[in-house]
Amino acid sequence: MIIIYKKQIATLLSVSVLVLLYQCKNKDAEDLATNIPDEVDFNFHVKPILSDRCYACHGPDENAREADLRLDIKESAFSALKDNPDVFAIVPGDPGHSELVRRIYSEDEAIMMPPAESGLKLKDYEKEILRKWVEQGAEYEDHWAFIPPQKPEIPEVSSDWAKNEIDHFTLVKMNEIGLAPNKEAEKMRLIRRLFVDITGLPPSVEDLEEYGQNWSEETYSTLVDDLLSRSAYGEKMALHWMDAARYADSYGYQDDEVRSQWPWRDWVIHAFNENMPYDQFITWQLAGDLLPDASLEQKLATGFNRNHKITEEGGVIQEEYRVTYVIDKTNTYSTSILGITMECAQCHDHKYDPFSQEEYFQLYSFFNNTPEVGIEATVGESYPAKIPYMEFDQHQIDSVLNFINAPDTNKVLVSVMEDLKDSVRQSYVLERGGYDQHGKKVSPGTPKSIHAFDFGKYPQNRLGLAEWTIDRENPLTARVFVNHIWGKIFGRGIVATEEDFGNQGDLPSHPELLDWLAVDFMENGWDIKRLIRQIVTSSTYRQSSKMSQKKNRLDPENIYLARSTRIRLSAELIRDHLLASSGLLNREIGGPSYKPYQPDGIWEVTSSGRGSLKTYVQDHGSEIYRRGMYVFIKLTVPPPNMLIFDASNRDLCELDRAETNTPLQALVMMNDPIVLECSRVLAQELISKYKENETNGALEESFMRILCRYPDDEEISMLEEYYREELKRYESDPTSAASFINVGEYPFNDKVDPVKHATLMSVIHLLYNLEETINKT
Amino acid sequence: MNDKEINDAKLQVSRRLFLSKLSIGIGSAALGSLLIPDLLNGGKGDMSGLEKAIPHFAPKAKRVIYLFQSGAPSQFESFDYKPLLNKRMGEDLPASVRDGQRLTGMTANQEKFPLVGSYYGFKQYGESGAWVSDLFPYTAKIVDELCIIKSLHTDAINHDPAITFFQTGAQQGNRPSMGAWLSYGLGSENENLPGFCVLVSKGDGNGQGVYSKLWTNGFLDSVHQGVQLMGGENPVLYLSNPHGTNMDSRRNMLDKLSAFNQHQYDAFGDPEITAKIRQYEMAYRMQTSVPEVTDLSKEPDHIIKLYGADCLVPGTYAANCLLARKLAENGVRFIQLYHQGWDQHGNLPNEMAGQAKDVDQASAALVMDLKQRGMLEDTLVIWGGEFGRTNYCQGKLTAEKYGRDHHPRSFSVWMAGGGVKPGIVYGETDEFGYNIVKDPVHIHDFHATILNMLGLDHEKLTYKHQGRRYRLTDVAGKVVNDIMV
Repeated sequence: MIIIYKKQIATLLSVSVLVLLYQCKNKDAEDLATNIPDEVDFNFHVKPILSDRCYACHGPDENAREADLRLDIKESAFSALKDNPDVFAIVPGDPGHSELVRRIYSEDEAIMMPPAESGLKLKDYEKEILRKWVEQGAEYEDHWAFIPPQKPEIPEVSSDWAKNEIDHFTLVKMNEIGLAPNKEAEKMRLIRRLFVDITGLPPSVEDLEEYGQNWSEETYSTLVDDLLSRSAYGEKMALHWMDAARYADSYGYQDDEVRSQWPWRDWVIHAFNENMPYDQFITWQLAGDLLPDASLEQKLATGFNRNHKITEEGGVIQEEYRVTYVIDKTNTYSTSILGITMECAQCHDHKYDPFSQEEYFQLYSFFNNTPEVGIEATVGESYPAKIPYMEFDQHQIDSVLNFINAPDTNKVLVSVMEDLKDSVRQSYVLERGGYDQHGKKVSPGTPKSIHAFDFGKYPQNRLGLAEWTIDRENPLTARVFVNHIWGKIFGRGIVATEEDFGNQGDLPSHPELLDWLAVDFMENGWDIKRLIRQIVTSSTYRQSSKMSQKKNRLDPENIYLARSTRIRLSAELIRDHLLASSGLLNREIGGPSYKPYQPDGIWEVTSSGRGSLKTYVQDHGSEIYRRGMYVFIKLTVPPPNMLIFDASNRDLCELDRAETNTPLQALVMMNDPIVLECSRVLAQELISKYKENETNGALEESFMRILCRYPDDEEISMLEEYYREELKRYESDPTSAASFINVGEYPFNDKVDPVKHATLMSVIHLLYNLEETINKT
Repeated sequence: MNDKEINDAKLQVSRRLFLSKLSIGIGSAALGSLLIPDLLNGGKGDMSGLEKAIPHFAPKAKRVIYLFQSGAPSQFESFDYKPLLNKRMGEDLPASVRDGQRLTGMTANQEKFPLVGSYYGFKQYGESGAWVSDLFPYTAKIVDELCIIKSLHTDAINHDPAITFFQTGAQQGNRPSMGAWLSYGLGSENENLPGFCVLVSKGDGNGQGVYSKLWTNGFLDSVHQGVQLMGGENPVLYLSNPHGTNMDSRRNMLDKLSAFNQHQYDAFGDPEITAKIRQYEMAYRMQTSVPEVTDLSKEPDHIIKLYGADCLVPGTYAANCLLARKLAENGVRFIQLYHQGWDQHGNLPNEMAGQAKDVDQASAALVMDLKQRGMLEDTLVIWGGEFGRTNYCQGKLTAEKYGRDHHPRSFSVWMAGGGVKPGIVYGETDEFGYNIVKDPVHIHDFHATILNMLGLDHEKLTYKHQGRRYRLTDVAGKVVNDIMV
């Protein structure tokens, strides 16, 4: 079966490659051999090579170290070799006497580096970079991401294209490679783009007409404010955070019983809509329960750390799973908030980043002090929340927690964090990560290389960790979050590896811009709506997505942002788009997740027959027309039509979903009943609205609602042609018409003629299948 | 010959690259033959693509059919004959044999661990003289095709982590399944079918669920995810056209779609748009090719007889075995079956008889059917569960009824075809059947060996994710050369 990647196609199209060398690892070595920079930079040119090919044996991991040589610190790299005191790995300024240079160029298997059996290789370009770096004095620098960001000068630009600071940074970069920005996108496309990026929903025809009529800078600004104030904004933001926090509606191991974490999800939506500052958002989630006189809301926020999988399998060993949960918390914190991947240090010192195994378990110990157990009950006897959990009464929900959308009947439960009351659980280094392999005792602490944990300043508990995390001197937190937001909007982070700011991660494409945004974000109260406003009002954002041959050639991945990137909607937003444009969308916010149409038997055939999720019981009525983010996620069998569109399986923290293009996606759009039902419902609405002789009006409105713009003449005539053909087919075969429209539970309008209905439905179904429909253009 | 195969493979890859480069923009169908997408992935994945995708050495097998017996069938009533357990029935397991091995929460608190021998008799079969219990008469007839490994061992003691370990090489974490790794490494042989297919069936025995995360692509791209084939009118989810349409009207729709999308491409020049057109064409072809492959009604009588009458009942293990053969014939790289119901904590003799009846004939039929078609030599067939069962009884021991708890330290699987030495028994356990005394095979070794048979070096089939190069075998694994021809 075939898959097509956006990035890949772009690469294929490119005949030559970018001159900019720090993207070298994605480029072809031969082309780059002629493009060695005049001045080799350690962080941008050298370290990506050393880290990826050398550090595994000559890096931070003490146990894996060969020949007692480290190349990650200069003291070791510049010293005499242990086995051969006359020889030095690196002699600054003298490649001829540097063993490193000799060995990387050697073809003698006995001495070549990396060794043949490692399977790693250096390209000619990379060898030359290392040689030149040594020649230029082999200067080492600290890893860029661990140096706190400083607000850089805003670069001068001569053009009046720039609308705000962002544009200064991007314009300089694109000019460097000889590109100029695209023109501003056509207004209707911009309106749709803003709606999608801020609220995740399409504009209505009325929205398009209202804002499109007096299109001006002022209108643009009003529109942005309008969208940021809509409650759909909080939902859109929460969707990303649900991936980061691995939110799901079941416990996730076999037998996979239902759990109740949705009140936490409702809180996340609420927090975004209230524009809670990001530092506070993080603090409450990490340590809301430890704040003085913690409110119910603050405690509820800590559900973040309880979204991990929990076993209900009979016979498991308690401690094995308790430890697994603490590890999950530690890794999720590191990846989602700090943008580093700590889990390698679970079993040994990190091979690429300066994190020791001891530091891993210091971080772990912050999360290791809760009354949680490995297994509370097996499936069938289990509870939708696990100790420690909260249960809310109606009074609380009506007052301080009124953002929780509680159904009338059931109890409202949610698992949260709490520390042991009278004791502190001792943490240990777990040798090789084994739950019962206690090594050295450790107490709470953080990796030194990121930012020192000041024991005088921060308490040694999760609250202290939260304070350390949001400290202005923490080099990662603001950069990482700003990068999340950037990545969601532009389809690629300034650091493309959103989950890895460490040595193995990509380098920022616009390092000064990233730092400027991060510092500006902190200086302005970690104000998320302000950040989004800055981004979407920039000229960079407003560009058309037209791809010229030159841009394709020079910047196929659109790293330099001389155009807008066309991005496919996420699985949830595709559902939102279908429901909203057809008029079916139920805009109710929050509450328990719902079960929409799903192909028969998927849960049943895999189930052991135990637990309440052994059979799929679909919901009905308006419930099934709610936004995609509320679709019930059974972790062991996630919704198939969502996974096909690259939705997170929510097994672990995920920040950057893949974007693939596969035939199974085509099958979903052509044959999934929800797509057909949306087509049917929109058709019946429009047939009732327009008179018999106003078919064109119905076709145009269909187009407007689905593509969010006016059709051009050619598009209109293609629609008319298809309409005529389908009308003819259904007139000659009314039985088929009747069976085509017979889809979905939404009530039918008996007054609509089935042949006309099927015909318009067919045209609408075609529109839903257009590439543009599920793309942000 | 070996070098030639490698060269052919290299040639094929570069041809694909060449064609796919050419195809862009000139409207040929060759993009569709870009079977190894990660080769050119300019994204976040590993870039040492070319090397990775080419077989590292001449493959012995081209595809795998994995008959997973979910729940963990007892080795003592199948392939690991231990008469001592019958002799010492009811005696406590000596502590020296158990040697501190951890137990599950289900039997850790039992006062005694009474040994229990097989309720079913054993006989030796074939030229190899392998012992097989009376529960598996059909398998017994083909022992000279099989390599029975009696010395598998695992780290996990509960179903979820154990089955996850077997499928992904790790007990925890969102790692890609073995089939996803092979789809990633070798691509598909048939562009109209998924490279990795999954078939699920269920017996009457005490079962543990399976779940779609077992056939996950993990951090690999979603195209490598296993595609579950179901019985009924939609063998692949969302495959069937809606009522009131047909292939002609669908063809017309696709032509219109294509015209609209082309119009959009003319305005924006995004090659993703032309790619979308091709994906719709591919979907259209799948709508024909998948039902053709999954249609078992045209199989001749002698084949139906071989697999047993159940093979005509969609969703049964026998039907899935027959379907597996058809998928293999049509170039699917990895076909994963699961048969649930093997978790015999109690009432073992009765339940296991039912389970064995479900699978015995069809498993043997599959091997023989592949053989008669000349496909066994390059198709690797594997049969087995996620761990073994204890030699002592869980719960009450009577002459007719007993149960066995989970036992990770030793268990049996069999393999056939695809470069496996036929007619051998590999590895041994002690006379209690508790510990391995000869030739242990860890899960990582098992994975390394399977990859080797497919021409892949388990240390070189890597994918870089979050800064680390991941492997199916994590950081371990030794190829078991002794079981390969």
